[in-house]
Amino acid sequence: MALPKYTETRYRIWHYIYLTFCAGVFIFLIAPLFVIFPLSFNAEEFLVFSDGMKRLDPDAFSLRWYEDMVYGTKNPWGLAAKNSFIIAIFATLGSIILGTTAALGLSSRHMPYKGLIMATLISPMIVPLIISGVAIFFFMAKVGLAATHTGIVLAHIILGTPFVVITVTATLTGFDHSVTRAASSLGSDPVNTFMKITLPLILPGVISGGLFAFVTSFDEVVVVLFLAGLENTTIPIQMWTGLREQLSPTILAVATCLIVLSTLILVTAELLRRRSERIRGININ
Amino acid sequence: MSSETQKILTTDGIPLEESLKKAEKKNKIKAFLLVCPLLLFLIITYVFPIGDMLFRSVDDRMVTNMLPKTYKAMENWDGKELPEEEVFEAFYQDYKLLVEEKTFGKLATQLNYEKNGFKSILKKLQRKMKKFEEGNYKEQIMNVHKRWANVEYWRAIKRRAPAISYSKYLKGMDLIEDESGSITQVPEDRRVHRVLWLRTLEVAFFVTLFCFVMAYPIAHLLATLPMKYSNLLMICVLLPFWTSLLVRTASWMILLQQQGVVNDFFVWIGLVADDNRPEMMYNKTGTYVAMTQILLPFMVLPLYSVMKTISPSLMRAGKSLGGTPFIAFWKVYFPLTIPGIGAGCLLVFILAIGYYITPALVGGASGTLISNQIAFHMKSTLDWSFASAMGLMLLTGVLAIYWVYNKLVGVDNIKLG
Repeated sequence: MALPKYTETRYRIWHYIYLTFCAGVFIFLIAPLFVIFPLSFNAEEFLVFSDGMKRLDPDAFSLRWYEDMVYGTKNPWGLAAKNSFIIAIFATLGSIILGTTAALGLSSRHMPYKGLIMATLISPMIVPLIISGVAIFFFMAKVGLAATHTGIVLAHIILGTPFVVITVTATLTGFDHSVTRAASSLGSDPVNTFMKITLPLILPGVISGGLFAFVTSFDEVVVVLFLAGLENTTIPIQMWTGLREQLSPTILAVATCLIVLSTLILVTAELLRRRSERIRGININ
Repeated sequence: MSSETQKILTTDGIPLEESLKKAEKKNKIKAFLLVCPLLLFLIITYVFPIGDMLFRSVDDRMVTNMLPKTYKAMENWDGKELPEEEVFEAFYQDYKLLVEEKTFGKLATQLNYEKNGFKSILKKLQRKMKKFEEGNYKEQIMNVHKRWANVEYWRAIKRRAPAISYSKYLKGMDLIEDESGSITQVPEDRRVHRVLWLRTLEVAFFVTLFCFVMAYPIAHLLATLPMKYSNLLMICVLLPFWTSLLVRTASWMILLQQQGVVNDFFVWIGLVADDNRPEMMYNKTGTYVAMTQILLPFMVLPLYSVMKTISPSLMRAGKSLGGTPFIAFWKVYFPLTIPGIGAGCLLVFILAIGYYITPALVGGASGTLISNQIAFHMKSTLDWSFASAMGLMLLTGVLAIYWVYNKLVGVDNIKLG
């Protein structure tokens, strides 16, 4: 952003102060993530940069913490990862199915009590997690689903659906309803119309809502801490326990893997957002 | 012309108006049926359980259920003098049953909350009761311990009669209802909750403030830069947003530790001496720094989406009409961003007020917030009714804020990325 030539000196100074401040904030936002990478390759078990690492000595780096993560017996990271993926995948599917149908109903202009129902549907996003955790725990304990995968999946569906409802409703705001009417007038039944016409058009919204639901479930720790037994341990629970007891480099190896995963998700979400905007004819530039 | 002929009929001969109404109704039902599965699911698994919390927080039938006969006999007792023989007899029978079921310990704990000294006299009664003779229980019970002849203890039992009690809410605010029924503060050394409420509010307020101060300039930069640069910078905002909360907390734990990178940097630029590195973790500094970074994207995104819609020509117009850049900013640009500010601040505030993972890990003893306390009572003391009461007090606060948010910004305007 270049300043016009006629700018006075004092405004120039202000402008540079502003740019420096922004640079500082960006560093503050992103730098903490990068400190984890090098330390996870540390050959020693201290969480500080050793002299060898500062000299970039190859001997100071190793993959031992990644080996510990995969083969180590002390921490059940394997079980935790398996559980996390199973729970997150089922929770995402559930959220997508329930959330998308609800969003279709909500975007209909015939929907009665729209405001009230919308508020109810997205309330799990507004209510502090700790309260959701207590309430969901009471319910799961009562129906005997505490400390089961099913219970945790249901809990994560509760927390994940608001994201799907919001993203799909947003996609549907620019939706041209005459195309579905055209389909029905040409003899298509409602299910066929949905699969062939509506779904492909709202798919970017559905997938990006699904990604939110996936990340919510994969990263969720408050509710799971109430619900999970030893068998249902997840990656966040293992990290929480590890961080509370002792910060080990193995956790950093896990954290690095998680950052890589979130980068992949970010890229997917961004591509989908642009695609969705293009489909709906919103000019990005 | 009669009104009959004015009515337009459809091909089936039904008036158009009626036919339209029918179609409208059908559409309504269709839309509602689509929403139904999720709505029912949430009502059963989420809305009702929150109602259940409300019920649990005021439910006080434990003692009532343990001493049914006693309370029946006490109905006519005015509470001034010692109760009559029939109350003593009823109490003896209730208590005998509890002793047989081996649940009398629970009663002792509950009554001891109400009045200190109940535990020992109930235990003594349990031992002596085996030798009781039929009849004249008043005399026999009073002989077990002199406190049984003290009317205060019987009044304490009667006070537990109502099935509903708001004492847990009072406890959450460090208040207590004393024997005469007036509400007073608990002794100073036991006032723990008010400190926590104030600290939670303080942390939420300052985190929101820090987020605002940091987010406003970068949201402005992102909104005014050409797309190809701003997309790159947007990653700096979105990557932390998508990254696990625990990963970000872990990285702050590494950065802020005494031998950590931040302290190394301070030593290197000569701000602090090597042997005098400041403690930046396990105190409020740690909580503020980590929470600000974690919640910052939630402030940047709403601000950015509002700022992107503001045309740059408005600022130019302000300047060309004689305003300095500062006046143009303050009078033209800033008022237009207020919806974004409202959305961002309330979002961050609501999220911060319910936080507990990060404060628990980097905050140390001073990082305990109200949510930690709720989790503690859920998992350690198992006082679920107290946890419910505190949770609902927090929820009421959040819903009030949410209501303001809805009035100012509207729920539909929540944008994600």
